[in-house]
Amino acid sequence: MIERDEVLHVARLARLALGEQEIEAMASELSAVLDHVAKIGELDLDGVAPTSHVVEVSGALRPDEPRPCLPREVALAQAPAVSDGGFLVPSPQA
Amino acid sequence: MSAGGLLELTAAAAADAIAAGELDAAELCAFYRQRAASDRAAGEDGLNCFTWVAGEAADERVPAAPLGVPLAVKDLFCTEGVPSQSGSRILEGYRPPYTATAVTRLRHAGASLLAKTNQDEFAMGSSTENSAFGPTLNPWDRARVPGGSSGGSAAAVAAGLAPWALGTDTGGSIRQPAALCGIVGLKPTYGSVSRYGMIAFASSLDQAGPLTRDVTDAALMLGHMVARDPCDATSLAHPEPIGLPSAEHLRGVRIGVPTELHGSSDSGAAIEPGVRRRFEEALATAEGLGASVQEVPLPHAPHALSAYYVLAPAEASSNLARFDGVRYGLRAKDASDLLDMYTRTRHDGFGAEVKRRIMLGTYALSAGYYDAYYGRAQKVRTKVAQDFAAAFGAVDLIATPTAPGVAFELGEKTADPWAMYLSDYFTVPMSLAGIPAISIPCGLSEQPDGPAGPGLPVGLQLAAPAFHENRLLDAAYALERALAFDPTAAHV
Repeated sequence: MIERDEVLHVARLARLALGEQEIEAMASELSAVLDHVAKIGELDLDGVAPTSHVVEVSGALRPDEPRPCLPREVALAQAPAVSDGGFLVPSPQA
Repeated sequence: MSAGGLLELTAAAAADAIAAGELDAAELCAFYRQRAASDRAAGEDGLNCFTWVAGEAADERVPAAPLGVPLAVKDLFCTEGVPSQSGSRILEGYRPPYTATAVTRLRHAGASLLAKTNQDEFAMGSSTENSAFGPTLNPWDRARVPGGSSGGSAAAVAAGLAPWALGTDTGGSIRQPAALCGIVGLKPTYGSVSRYGMIAFASSLDQAGPLTRDVTDAALMLGHMVARDPCDATSLAHPEPIGLPSAEHLRGVRIGVPTELHGSSDSGAAIEPGVRRRFEEALATAEGLGASVQEVPLPHAPHALSAYYVLAPAEASSNLARFDGVRYGLRAKDASDLLDMYTRTRHDGFGAEVKRRIMLGTYALSAGYYDAYYGRAQKVRTKVAQDFAAAFGAVDLIATPTAPGVAFELGEKTADPWAMYLSDYFTVPMSLAGIPAISIPCGLSEQPDGPAGPGLPVGLQLAAPAFHENRLLDAAYALERALAFDPTAAHV
């Protein structure tokens, strides 16, 4: 069972604010899913290599040559706030 | 050509008619634009398949291109200047400055952009109920879901609101909605189609593919999609061109039915009786076409769903870190500081299922749990892939029902995440192994709890070894002809 403190800790890691009701629901829903997921703990997997990727890709590097990128004004066009040719955000320390 | 005549044409038939000068591509585009726009204009009286529909002015086609058939595209594909939100509020108003490679390739082949289709938010779901745009309805029964996450694409093709559509599949998101809507859906071999410009869910599993009326259309679309793309380092050149299927029999084809996925009582996903009947009839049809059917063991397949629900949320929690209110989309107002802006933007912008998966993935990757969850799940993935490799030593194709049940009612599974996740029980193992799999309709099931109606579609899933799409398409084509499924009851 996931406890409330653990939900809050994981939410902090995930940069996610949760409302009071969400915290309670998350504790029970995560616990239920983890109960199912935990069944992989019963398997004997000693000596099995992990698979992070199913296809072998090698030599995928391209030559390191300068190429045009998105123009600055295009990259900034979707931003909620801009200033001086950059993304404007609230101060890290209020 | 009459409206009824246009509606009857598959994409391949329409492309042929255009090439032969018998059909004006502009007429076909206008026809489907009007149909798609009317679904959107109908609001709650429509199916809610679309998040955006092209206007008159948007009709620019590449001259002399082989296809003139308009294409519906899942919302999560970036399309330059056209809203692309992956079904999420957090990307409200986002119009990307570039277009996904899969879409670009199809446009260069002549398929103009008809519409963007509804989906579960960030492709997380099996019902298209987790969308900021509201749920899409199943055209066979509007009280039921179309499946997901590519539910808008599947419902649009089934209803005849689009000739064909592009979707994505991470754990079944093309195949399961195709099954629930009575159409064809193909998840290609991982890496055969570029992921560039797809708003990411789980990068080691995400793959684009076709949702179409028939197997020939799926082959035609896939043939224009596969290619190595310098913008996606995990993409690979397909070893052989995708051909149009032509097989008329299955003589010499060995079909394996996984022992663990076929009827064991503790399998975790109970197959509805109506689905089991259609599946067994489809196997008998395959035998009638000359195939041999045998059981094959996939001992770790029953653990695939558990491994998937560690791996996919873990990758999602990392991929979705980019949605922070800084560069695009939603930003929470009046934040006290930067951290407050991040956390409240994500609180306001993400829906319940996406939050659940971010939390699950962050938990599985956090200190103290990494080895028990993520590390073990990656090892289960190895075992699942090894099981398939061994099975394909004995058989050419593997068959399962695509989903354990037919389309379920709206709201039926939203309160129980694991019940929803079980919809993908038969599709997730192939995703973990990266192998291609197709769903074709194999008949109608009587409704599980209702009075005798027209019934609801059942999907047959066939899977092949990596890069054997041609084998898969040929077998699916021969079966499709023999099964003679009639999809027209879903047309609006």
